[in-house]
Amino acid sequence: MAILIIAEHNNQSLKGETHKVVQAATAIGADISVLVAGLNCGTAADEAATIAGVTKVLVADNAAYEHQLAENVAALVTELGKDYSHILAAATTTGKNFLPRVAALLDVAQISDVIAVESADTFVRPIYAGNAIATVQSADSIKVLTVRPAAFRAAETGNNAPVEAIAVVKDAGVSRFVGAELTKSERPELTAARVVISGGRGMQNGENFALLNGIADKLGAAIGASRAAVDAGFVPNDMQVGQTGKIVAPELYIAVGISGAIQHLAGMKDSKVIVAINKDAEAPIFQIADYGLVADLFTVLPELEQQL
Amino acid sequence: MKILVPVKRVIDYNVKVRVKADQSGVDLANVKMALNPFCEIAIEEAVRLKEAGSATEVVVVSIGTAAVQEQLRTALALGADRALHIETDLNPDSLQVAKLLAKVVADEQPGLVILGKQAIDSDNNQTGQMLAALTGMGQGTFASKVVLADGKVQVTREVDGGLQTVELTLPAVVSTDLRLNEPRYASLPNIMKAKKKPLDVKAADSFGVNLQSNVKLLKVAAPAMRQGGVKVESVAELVDKLKHEAKVI
Repeated sequence: MAILIIAEHNNQSLKGETHKVVQAATAIGADISVLVAGLNCGTAADEAATIAGVTKVLVADNAAYEHQLAENVAALVTELGKDYSHILAAATTTGKNFLPRVAALLDVAQISDVIAVESADTFVRPIYAGNAIATVQSADSIKVLTVRPAAFRAAETGNNAPVEAIAVVKDAGVSRFVGAELTKSERPELTAARVVISGGRGMQNGENFALLNGIADKLGAAIGASRAAVDAGFVPNDMQVGQTGKIVAPELYIAVGISGAIQHLAGMKDSKVIVAINKDAEAPIFQIADYGLVADLFTVLPELEQQL
Repeated sequence: MKILVPVKRVIDYNVKVRVKADQSGVDLANVKMALNPFCEIAIEEAVRLKEAGSATEVVVVSIGTAAVQEQLRTALALGADRALHIETDLNPDSLQVAKLLAKVVADEQPGLVILGKQAIDSDNNQTGQMLAALTGMGQGTFASKVVLADGKVQVTREVDGGLQTVELTLPAVVSTDLRLNEPRYASLPNIMKAKKKPLDVKAADSFGVNLQSNVKLLKVAAPAMRQGGVKVESVAELVDKLKHEAKVI
């Protein structure tokens, strides 16, 4: 058995999700290779080499992989992956994009959004928006898995694994990167933050999200939103926490003006401590919150910022 | 240009999901079923492209028992031109579905395939990507905007850091995200008209695809319930609890 993990990175640095996928792979128990496919991604590869449990790092450094185009990355991973028993990537929009393509090209199933590893062939994953938890066993010769980062802790660092260059260049020629509008923020990423504060429809408009800034600054928190707030156009889609947005499990989750639709709960119910602030005492969010405060968020938020 | 829209019949998104006592799955007996919401968005997008003159025909396809014809009729009422029902009692996984759809693509030769990014029952988010792989097509997943021009399609995708736009050579596969469009409701005259639109039925075994999955479902359990906690009376009390009881700040 041997495991291939496809690293999540932005060419300059490795993303924290990779450490969590390595942690999941450690539970399978086999040699772990981490593939860093990108352009000028040497520093990200060096970072991958420091993760505990990694046997070696493979670097495919080519313009074809710069933007993680699914067609090209999948072709590369399919070729390399034939020698492995398991192929893992994070269940991020990048991993979800290329990995099913790899599975199809290898003629095996993919098991999506793994939240626990029971053995080398048995895995646990949520279905029906987390309202049911399935345990599945794969008889495929190669197990292809996306791993939900929020369900695993990050593997330690301090390793010094060898880094090997891979010369394979795959350019399918059917897709081209046109552009990206990425949100720039000094705050931690939602999926990696220790504290998350999210606003919902109760925020009333996009400007009022500024009320969360001071609190987020004091707590070192990331700022999220419910689907209702995103659909209403208050904030961009990449802030959405929920089944169809980002799945988070921080130490502290503060839900402000969020009623608690199932869709939203599926994205944050595994947080360690949940605080709900809502003026509607009947809001479903209070049924799962550790601490509920029934009050008008517009008076509570400035007070909270001041008292922290 | 023809657009192929594969759709799935799933539990209605408003229904509370109940796990069976024997842990063999989710109880679907006498439960309201509906078109998967992401599939509705796919149909809407295809119909809009036809209305804009970018496409000439919208073909919907679904796999399952005779019951899926209900969702195919809904799709026809929403503006699709004709439907194909691939009949099977089995519940094929994404890879098997993608293999069947690849055969349909070979028969129908669509210029574009638009489908939902995931079904709200199995939550796999795989079929579109697998279909693209098996047919050698490019893919624009999690689309929030689709623009056709000069034999290519530009797809703006919802990615973790924001938005990304890719350009794909046609034919291509597009999978829909929530903000691509707001699906219309079927009008009564269109529901009546849909009853007369063509709906072909083909047996799944006539496609020469092995429908057995190598993944076995061992059990389905209800998730651990989270217990609600306490209500606090003031911000001061909240801050105190977070500092001294929960010790998270």
